[in-house]
Amino acid sequence: MKTRKRESGARSHEKTLGGTLRSLWQSHSLIARQSVTKLLKTPVATAMTVAVIGIALLLPAGLFVAMDNLRNLSGGFSSFTQITLYLHDEVSQSEGEALREQLLTHENIAASQYISPAQAAEDFRTYSGLGDVISQLDENPLPAVIVLTPASIADNEGALLLEELSALPEVESAQLDLQWIERLQRFLQLAERGAAALMLIFSLAVLFVVGNTIRLAIESRRAEIVVVKLVGGTDGYVARPFLYTGTCYGLAGGVLAWVLLGLIMLMLHGPVTELLALYDSQYSIRGLTLLSGLALLGGSALLGWLGAWISVRQHLAAIEPR
Amino acid sequence: MIKFDNVSKRYPGGHQALNQVSFELREGEMAFLTGRSGAGKSTLLKLIMLMEKANQGQILVNGKNLARLPRDQIPFYRRRIGVVFQDHQLLFDRSVFDNVALPLQIEGYPKHEADRRVRAALDKVGLLKKEKMNPMALSGGEQQRIGIARAVVNRPQILLADEPTGNLDPELAAEIMLLFEQFNQVGVSMLIASHDLSLIARLRHRILTLHNGQLVKDAIYHSAPEQTGSMN
Repeated sequence: MKTRKRESGARSHEKTLGGTLRSLWQSHSLIARQSVTKLLKTPVATAMTVAVIGIALLLPAGLFVAMDNLRNLSGGFSSFTQITLYLHDEVSQSEGEALREQLLTHENIAASQYISPAQAAEDFRTYSGLGDVISQLDENPLPAVIVLTPASIADNEGALLLEELSALPEVESAQLDLQWIERLQRFLQLAERGAAALMLIFSLAVLFVVGNTIRLAIESRRAEIVVVKLVGGTDGYVARPFLYTGTCYGLAGGVLAWVLLGLIMLMLHGPVTELLALYDSQYSIRGLTLLSGLALLGGSALLGWLGAWISVRQHLAAIEPR
Repeated sequence: MIKFDNVSKRYPGGHQALNQVSFELREGEMAFLTGRSGAGKSTLLKLIMLMEKANQGQILVNGKNLARLPRDQIPFYRRRIGVVFQDHQLLFDRSVFDNVALPLQIEGYPKHEADRRVRAALDKVGLLKKEKMNPMALSGGEQQRIGIARAVVNRPQILLADEPTGNLDPELAAEIMLLFEQFNQVGVSMLIASHDLSLIARLRHRILTLHNGQLVKDAIYHSAPEQTGSMN
């Protein structure tokens, strides 16, 4: 692509699509580099802005991780859920034991335990503190029971299993305590709503922080903007460095939030695992997955860009050469 | 090239900066615009740059009516016009080279071609050796030459200058004018606002004289030395 001589002059430079794209790329990458360099020239101010954005993003990201873990954990709550089968009086101990064995082969039963009436009475005496009451009775009133742990109670599986078990001839009645699980799940739903609201609010905070920072940047580069407009810079050209700067702020804040979250997860991992072990759970908390982490970075960069865009829309038009 | 037809400009607040001004600058012509401070020289140039809009009359530049130019076309229009300011309007956060390269960056020139043009412009104003320096470190005359290099780097058809020699000693001022004449000789139309009558009278170009916003004289040769005293 040769440049024609001066008569056709300034407008003759590369007009092909490839040339246009290349010069567009050169111009964008130049401005992106200039934006980063500018930010690094004032490390303290930049670090403070990034810290504010990072912390503002940390809360929604942390809530997201907490909710994610709770949801997973509550799915694993089946191990805390037990179905109690009260057997008919006629069912002998050996028949009961056999039933227990047989039930273990069921695909949705993880564990089962047979408790004879005598054992039940013994337990009652030991744990209830009302042992005397049972001693005064001529006959042991407690039925034999089989205590089952379902493999899963997700969706409707708990209820289906209960129905199936109630139909067994040996079983007088079957009982599954799902209420607290339901309450927990309702609570989680509520918490998710709250988390969503907080995410929105803190995203707005990021928007305002970036917007205000960009407003100050625009103000401090007023002279430059005037000159650029005088020599023919379009509004888009003038806005570009600020949009890049805003995006950089958002992205850096996102990275910071991810790192902080990682550190917090590292700190919490030991104690939470120990706590859950007390509940016989092998659940191990997890941080942001790679995908959610990338979504965090994308979202934060977008917030930064948007904050800058709003600020640019408001303040840039007001700066005109006079 | 530039045609003013009964142009008036009144600023908000009532100051009548220009009153019924008409003239035409032909293609390739070089003219001076003179008059005391406040006579309307800067306003006239600002109207051409679309930094201000006329209240009355019509301004045609290159056949285009400026009043009908949509706002989003203004940047592209300004790229055809080079401007030199009295206060240089340089950016001190970048080198001499980058200051001159700014109009080309804005137009999206490929780097190799932009570099070539910037060096040619700097060579023309004699600052090629100082391209890496910060303009802050240079003298007033040198800063003005950076401004000129920037104004001509994308080869505009029109060059405007607002008191380009205002802060310079007579020798430097003469050098700058010589530079302008050289640009004019290769076909650039020029309009230069200056109150330095003794300097511009010697150059024997067309002189437009403004007084209280009115064009009072339009002559090739100015022989009114008694006015020099009244010019500040």
